[in-house]
Amino acid sequence: MFNYTIRRLLFAIPTLLVISFIIFAILDLSPGDPTGQLPLTVPPEVREKIRISMGLGEPFHIRYWKWLVQFFVNEPKNIIEQSTGYLFADSGERLRVVSWSTRSPVVDLIVERMPQTLWVVGMSYILAILIAIPIGVISAYKQYSWFDQLGTFVSMVGFSVPTFFTGLVLILIFSVKLGWLPMVYDTNHVVNSWSSFLFQLKQMAMPTAVLAFATMAQFSRFMRASMLDNLNQDYVRTARAKGLKEQSVVLVHVLRNSMIPVVTVIALGIPQIFGGAIITEQIFKVNGLGSLLIIGIQGADYPLVQTLTFIFAVLIVLFNLIADVLYGVLDPRIRYE
Amino acid sequence: MSEAVIDPLHEEAHRSLWGDVWYQYRHHKGAMAGSVIFFAIVFLVFVGPLIHTIDPTFADYRARDAGISLAHPMGTDNLGRDLFALLLQGGQVSIIVGITAMLLSLVLGTIVGVLAGYFKILDGPLMRLTDIFFSLPLLPLLLVIIMLFRDTLRSAFGPETGIFVLVVGVIGITSWMQTARIVRGDVLTLKEQEFVLAARSIGAPPRRIILRHLLPNILSPIMVSATLGIANAILTESALSYLGLGFPSDFPTWGRLVTDNQNFLDLHPERALIPAIAISLTVMSVNFMGDGLRDALDPRIRGR
Repeated sequence: MFNYTIRRLLFAIPTLLVISFIIFAILDLSPGDPTGQLPLTVPPEVREKIRISMGLGEPFHIRYWKWLVQFFVNEPKNIIEQSTGYLFADSGERLRVVSWSTRSPVVDLIVERMPQTLWVVGMSYILAILIAIPIGVISAYKQYSWFDQLGTFVSMVGFSVPTFFTGLVLILIFSVKLGWLPMVYDTNHVVNSWSSFLFQLKQMAMPTAVLAFATMAQFSRFMRASMLDNLNQDYVRTARAKGLKEQSVVLVHVLRNSMIPVVTVIALGIPQIFGGAIITEQIFKVNGLGSLLIIGIQGADYPLVQTLTFIFAVLIVLFNLIADVLYGVLDPRIRYE
Repeated sequence: MSEAVIDPLHEEAHRSLWGDVWYQYRHHKGAMAGSVIFFAIVFLVFVGPLIHTIDPTFADYRARDAGISLAHPMGTDNLGRDLFALLLQGGQVSIIVGITAMLLSLVLGTIVGVLAGYFKILDGPLMRLTDIFFSLPLLPLLLVIIMLFRDTLRSAFGPETGIFVLVVGVIGITSWMQTARIVRGDVLTLKEQEFVLAARSIGAPPRRIILRHLLPNILSPIMVSATLGIANAILTESALSYLGLGFPSDFPTWGRLVTDNQNFLDLHPERALIPAIAISLTVMSVNFMGDGLRDALDPRIRGR
């Protein structure tokens, strides 16, 4: 297992290098000019100087190399310095990935936006798991019952309905008609009292619900399929024959084994939900990572977009790896050696 | 086991594979409902503009914000454009984009899958490529590509065709991986079977083995991923348009109509809701069709 993990980690490095190259190349070789948004009155020689100040004077491979160094060496060093207080030799003179529009390091922007995304996305994910597992268990146990049929239909709706539709319906009902929940997420809100905590819950309710619905639909299907696979196994019959209570047969024996594939699906879905949250953040004006990406794209802020997209890619590769390792840890039948 | 013995003299009618599949599909309630709704939407969207002849881009400024009337069955928007006409044209674009993008991703996925499954040398590299595509953050990347290449393609193909090519292209290029994996798996198992060996032993070249013997046998998973691909492509296109990075405002699609009318949600909620419902209904009906098709094509479930 340990060897396998090491091997996978080593294999992740070339994968990430290829992905970083693809992302860098798409942005870099694109026909658009980052100085294209400047007024036409800016003379060509000044424009050229601006390009050089943006670091665009060097050839492609040197810029790619510098970006890699900044991302993989300099930024981790900064994080270590900020969290431990230990100073490296080149402290203060390291080049950082700097956003073109705000002139501040991209990583700082991301750290600023991270909490909002983590709260909303994380809560929705936990909520989705908590709802999906019981639904999946009951639908599988009572296969083809009205509950199962309803569950199938609801998850089909969850698959098919775009998040902006569920978001709009919720806004319409709870903000416009009933006036219970705020339409727009207020990021400056500080939780320091009971009432402000309640307000935080209120403003998180709708974005969380929208994301949770979409995720829940997927997980409850997986849970159901996995339970169905296990319910007909011999060990279930053995457990029943031993005279175990039906409750402990289903909830202990079957559920534990059925969770194995579901856990890996949950791990695989974590990076996806960062990407999927882009639209939800846009509907409710949550200024998390998704809206940062949209701002970067609209403002042609290449370093910001490159870094964010690459971070999403790192998350995907990382959670793919975690899912595979978890699968091996949880299921003793699977041996990777 | 007595049913399994078929008396050739008393066999009622010739039963073909596709006849069985059709029989099973017809008895899948969800699939039938999905097909009816989907074809009704397609019919409405393509035949509707012939009857409801108002130009969707014509802004009748005096009739703006009009309610429901005979002339404007769904009212008009804040610029005086007829909402029903916009919806019909938007639907045409969304459905054409969905089908074209699906075809592109299907062709790519099948080619990669067949090549990887049939030729052992290509298997490793092509599957690594598939893995890498699976690891790409697709929605962010789609947004980035569209932002970067929009203007160039617009000037190359004209404003509408350019953005159409771009949207269809990026959706197709980023959604072929699932098909490729399924096709590869099926080709790997089929290739070891006797009929392929027989074909090879009489000297059939790989091209003919693939086209005549393998492709017809992997048609069913391809058809299922085709249906699901349409749903996926329509959803992605609407998401792109919703984020303002798909088609421009004067070229309505359903996603675009939702964004444009979202600001009037408190006054005229139906303007944003109707196109959103249209997307949801289309995608849902296609998904139900895919579900029924998968059940109908699965011989383990068929005939139950």
